[in-house]
Amino acid sequence: MKQLVNTFLAILIVAFGLMFLASRLNSAQGYSGGNTLTIYNWGDYIDPDLLKQFQEETGITVIYQTFDSNEAMLTKVEQGGTVFDVVVPSDYAIAKMREEKLLLPLDHSKLPNLANIGSKFMDLSFDPGNLYSVPYFWGTVGIIFNPDMTKGIDFSSWNSLWDKRLNNDIFLVDGAREVMGMALNSLHYSVNDRDEEHLQEALTKLNKLSPNVKAIVGDEIKMLLANEEAAVGIVWSGDASEIMDENDKLDYVVPEEGSNIWFDNMVIPRGAANIEGAHKFINFMLRPDVAAQNTEYVGYSTPNVPALELLPEDISGDERFYPPAGITDRLEVYDNLGKRMLAHYNELFLKFKMNKK
Amino acid sequence: MNSKGKSYYLIPYYLWIALFVIAPVLLVVYYSLFDLDGKLTLNNYVNFFTPVYMRMMLNSFWYAFLITLFSLLVAYPAAYLLTRTKHKQLWLLLIILPTWINLLLKTYAFIGIFGTFGPVNNFFDLLGLGEQQILFTGFSFVFVSVYIFIPFMILPIFSALDEMNLSLVDAARDLGASGWTTFRRVVFPLTISGVRSGCMAVFIPALSLFMITRLIAGNRVITLGTAIEQHFLVTQDWGMGSTVAVFLIAIMALFMILTGSSRKGVRGG
Amino acid sequence: MKNKRKIKNKNGIANIYLVLVFLVLYAPIFYLMYYSFNSGGTMHEFEGFTLDYYREVLADTRLMIIVINTLVIALLSSAIATVIAVIGALAIQHVRSRRAKNTLLSLNNVLIVSPDVIIGASFLILFTIVGIKLGFTSVLLSHVAFSIPIAVIMILPHLQEMSPTLTDAARDLGATRRDVLTKVILPIIKPGIFSGFFMALTYSLDDFAVTFFVTGNGYSTLSVEIYSRARQGVSLSINALSTLIFLFTILLVIGYYYLNQRKSRQPVHIAEPVAEAGVPR
Repeated sequence: MKQLVNTFLAILIVAFGLMFLASRLNSAQGYSGGNTLTIYNWGDYIDPDLLKQFQEETGITVIYQTFDSNEAMLTKVEQGGTVFDVVVPSDYAIAKMREEKLLLPLDHSKLPNLANIGSKFMDLSFDPGNLYSVPYFWGTVGIIFNPDMTKGIDFSSWNSLWDKRLNNDIFLVDGAREVMGMALNSLHYSVNDRDEEHLQEALTKLNKLSPNVKAIVGDEIKMLLANEEAAVGIVWSGDASEIMDENDKLDYVVPEEGSNIWFDNMVIPRGAANIEGAHKFINFMLRPDVAAQNTEYVGYSTPNVPALELLPEDISGDERFYPPAGITDRLEVYDNLGKRMLAHYNELFLKFKMNKK
Repeated sequence: MNSKGKSYYLIPYYLWIALFVIAPVLLVVYYSLFDLDGKLTLNNYVNFFTPVYMRMMLNSFWYAFLITLFSLLVAYPAAYLLTRTKHKQLWLLLIILPTWINLLLKTYAFIGIFGTFGPVNNFFDLLGLGEQQILFTGFSFVFVSVYIFIPFMILPIFSALDEMNLSLVDAARDLGASGWTTFRRVVFPLTISGVRSGCMAVFIPALSLFMITRLIAGNRVITLGTAIEQHFLVTQDWGMGSTVAVFLIAIMALFMILTGSSRKGVRGG
Repeated sequence: MKNKRKIKNKNGIANIYLVLVFLVLYAPIFYLMYYSFNSGGTMHEFEGFTLDYYREVLADTRLMIIVINTLVIALLSSAIATVIAVIGALAIQHVRSRRAKNTLLSLNNVLIVSPDVIIGASFLILFTIVGIKLGFTSVLLSHVAFSIPIAVIMILPHLQEMSPTLTDAARDLGATRRDVLTKVILPIIKPGIFSGFFMALTYSLDDFAVTFFVTGNGYSTLSVEIYSRARQGVSLSINALSTLIFLFTILLVIGYYYLNQRKSRQPVHIAEPVAEAGVPR
């Protein structure tokens, strides 16, 4: 009994000691002061030096919080109970947030640097007129492949994936929109197709791909492909650039039938406490030198035109990540299909997953 | 729940049940009655009885069963041998310690270890077995799951074995029982409560495993846990997700009742 | 069954078996530690030795705060959960009818069987309804809540093994309710209490989904941080951090063990033999 009580007390003392330490550290960092800005972003999706720089320039202390999926972030913002000043959702999530009135309109007069964003990245279907969002990074969905392992197969078409020589050699990313979109594209349909016949056709075609699919995975796809666990992967361009950083044998291509173009964007969610600071932060991130530095750190494609000019030629001139007009014309943003259609896409994707053994 | 007399001290537990068990369960049941458009319906329940979900359920059960079985087979001898070591308490702590390192990191390490060029395949090469696909198979899924759950099985069995009165074993041996008979008639019955709580601590959470199904099994294994995850986080079809959860909870309750009623028979020791 | 032979053949096969179990349990951890020194930046090919990631970790105050938060939550929640779980196990034991007992046990296990997303989402809704500010309090409450059932499962068998005549006898001898609890019951279930505490600790340290949903206002734990880094690729500085935590814990465990042993000339009892507590079976 005595031992139990002693242990219990020891634990409490240690815990409270640590709590004290944490609060000291917190106040030393200025986190408990008044002038703070809470940013809600994907983990490690910003150069931490820029946060420090912003802090020094404006005197606003940044609290950086992270999420791992748009949907999880949505639930948090929807439920409230905690304050976020700037959030970085993807395009389709913005459409949803707009619909559910979770966003505050941006004051463009406070964002003079918005002019730096290339015109083709403005005024897109998920946010006409950029009333609520400012593009942060963008990219495509495409095929990453290892020429050493693919015996000269040409991947300029989605249909090349069905090649018999790729048996058990493809990783798919675990996303219904991406995989269904790929199948629809391979049949020359739109990634936003709602026609039931086309969708069933896509499922049938996907089922034929099963023998070639080694696994359907999430973020670990980068590690797997860099380790050469399989020859081919369907990935987002951002992931592709990271994989190629780790393993330069691999190459990335956006197939000619077309594909998806995606955006991560900065928004101010409902309930933001420091709206003034949020505008300052967004404007700061749009500055060419800042955007360029961030692009080098993150490795995704930047929509910031003057920033791109500041970047070395091997980044800005890379057509795989900054494709020429001929290809970008065939890229489509994911429309908000509505809950029903989205559920249907997911159902078909689930059937495909269950089909493969 | 006939808490008799002055049992004020039981209040915190019942309060916990009311606030953190019954309230969420009611919430889940409530959500399960709505479809995507927010209309009151029983369609989700009808949907559950389609082949897709039935297959998922069988899958979940089969794998949870395998995971529990292998955990037990590995954990029992390990727990037994641990009780025979000199610094057994220390060794036991060292069994638990790996669970305190983040699971995602350990899983990434397993991806590396089991990978085509990982140490295991290098070893196979050395033996002349050639490269094997280990990742994304049922085997790797069960292996990593057993890895995750093994401390949960060892701990209760260890406690039970440790409490066992060794003189009983000696007595049985003195009376001429063979090692196997002693184990079957004396040791195992005395530790059955530990085995039961170990199996509970493994089987129940194993039913709703999800992350491993993607990371290690590459979505070749789809369980009810995966489906719930999907519905809550991707489709945002909380109704269907909740329905699957309702069934999961019901199945667990059934499992408890079934194993609970067999208690009398076994409790001879 | 193979283990019979091992019982007989005490040292040889038995030791090999245990060594194997430990090897497998620690393999992924050693793998992580090994690559934390890799200048190549990945967990794949080892290019060269570096301590950069350790420097990075030690310079990152935000990460340090997160680590401390994680420890505080884990220790506090496990301690509180264990206390409530003892009460819970007593409550379950207290109930006489089999049906009521099964009901109570099923209720106890609901949180173990429910996937984390559901627990997280429903707790989040609960907290916002009640109006608890998301952050330390909500995370602590949730961790206490989901750690209770596993601790109950660890404690209950010890209570069930206890002969009911024992408490009756103590009562007959004039022991008060309190005495029965502190002098008879608690010593018997002590091993279960420690098992429960350690399992609660495991649950708390590993939880990502529930914490993610119920945290807010700048409060974060290590799991949330690690999982949300997955999209960008978890950097080796996390490996370095894990290595540090691992070494620190192992020193703590071994140090605590030997200190205790010297002081009391008895091992630390996670699972103290009943016989020592003076209880006949």
